[in-house]
Amino acid sequence: MAFSTTNSYYWKGFRDGAPFMLVAGPFGMLFGVLATEAGLKLTETLVLTATVFAGAAQLTALQLMQENAPTFIVLASALAVNLRLAMYSASLTPFLGGAPMWQRAFAAYLTVDQSYACSIVRFETEPDLTIPQRMGYFLGTVTPVATAWYSFTLIGALLGARIPESWALDFALPIAFLAMVTPMLRTSAHVVAALVSITVALLAAGLPYNLGLMVAGLAGMIAGARMELVLRKKGLWT
Amino acid sequence: MTPEQAGFDPVTLWTVIAGLAVGSFALRFVFIGLVGDRPMPDWLLRHLRYTAVAILPALVTPLVVWPKATGGALDLPRLLAALVTVGVGLATKNVLAAIFAGAATLYGLLYLL
Repeated sequence: MAFSTTNSYYWKGFRDGAPFMLVAGPFGMLFGVLATEAGLKLTETLVLTATVFAGAAQLTALQLMQENAPTFIVLASALAVNLRLAMYSASLTPFLGGAPMWQRAFAAYLTVDQSYACSIVRFETEPDLTIPQRMGYFLGTVTPVATAWYSFTLIGALLGARIPESWALDFALPIAFLAMVTPMLRTSAHVVAALVSITVALLAAGLPYNLGLMVAGLAGMIAGARMELVLRKKGLWT
Repeated sequence: MTPEQAGFDPVTLWTVIAGLAVGSFALRFVFIGLVGDRPMPDWLLRHLRYTAVAILPALVTPLVVWPKATGGALDLPRLLAALVTVGVGLATKNVLAAIFAGAATLYGLLYLL
């Protein structure tokens, strides 16, 4: 019985996660194409995508490597992009923290925007779920996303260099990232964070080693957090 | 496109891959694996909340204003494509709609201009 309800929550998660294949598929393909165009071999692209499993960070690393940024800066900047995953991990901990260690390690690897977004909504609206049901749901949400991500990265990597320059793929990354970020601008604190980040990125563009990215990112985070405190004091934070 | 011979230096590339793999896992594991059920400081969560909306615009802005494809000169199709992507993203809250609108703007203007 316990198994069958866990199982049914897996499939609930699968259904909720399935629409995100439409995002993960093209995004994976974009990474595969850009990685191949940047000169990565098929194995390198696939190992990167399978071990890191975070598209935005992978694209950031690729972009900075092409700009010949020092390795330390490449790592620091790409991991900064992934700091939001630490936030997801923190937010999921009250719901999944009681699961066995091996399951938590597995869930950690599978924490991405989509699995987090689906799961946190479900966990908060159904507080009585057991931990196995939650794990089942979480795993369900990420199954279609991960499948689309891996397979379309492979397809993109295989297509790779065959894509002509007239497709202006140089601008696929900015468009994809802007499209990802704008729906996240839920509060004025998020808007302030983004505006400060843009302003500082322009002012700090001349810094060596692509440090402008780190400086602008930190400035944006601090500005967002400050704005949140101001809103809380005024009772405007919901 | 001419076939790329160069690629990246293997040592650099594998250092980046290994570092990113370990680092990304550590970031995901730190709370759920290590902190468990203990509470976390508010100030930390408050800053982490804004990472995505702070870091990604910082990465994109220079690429929009000084695109490499034009040798760093401000480029009307790319600038407008970025603005349309943001506009549609804000209006619809839909990632795919924003991507398609931005791509359509870019291709339309590259074709016309």
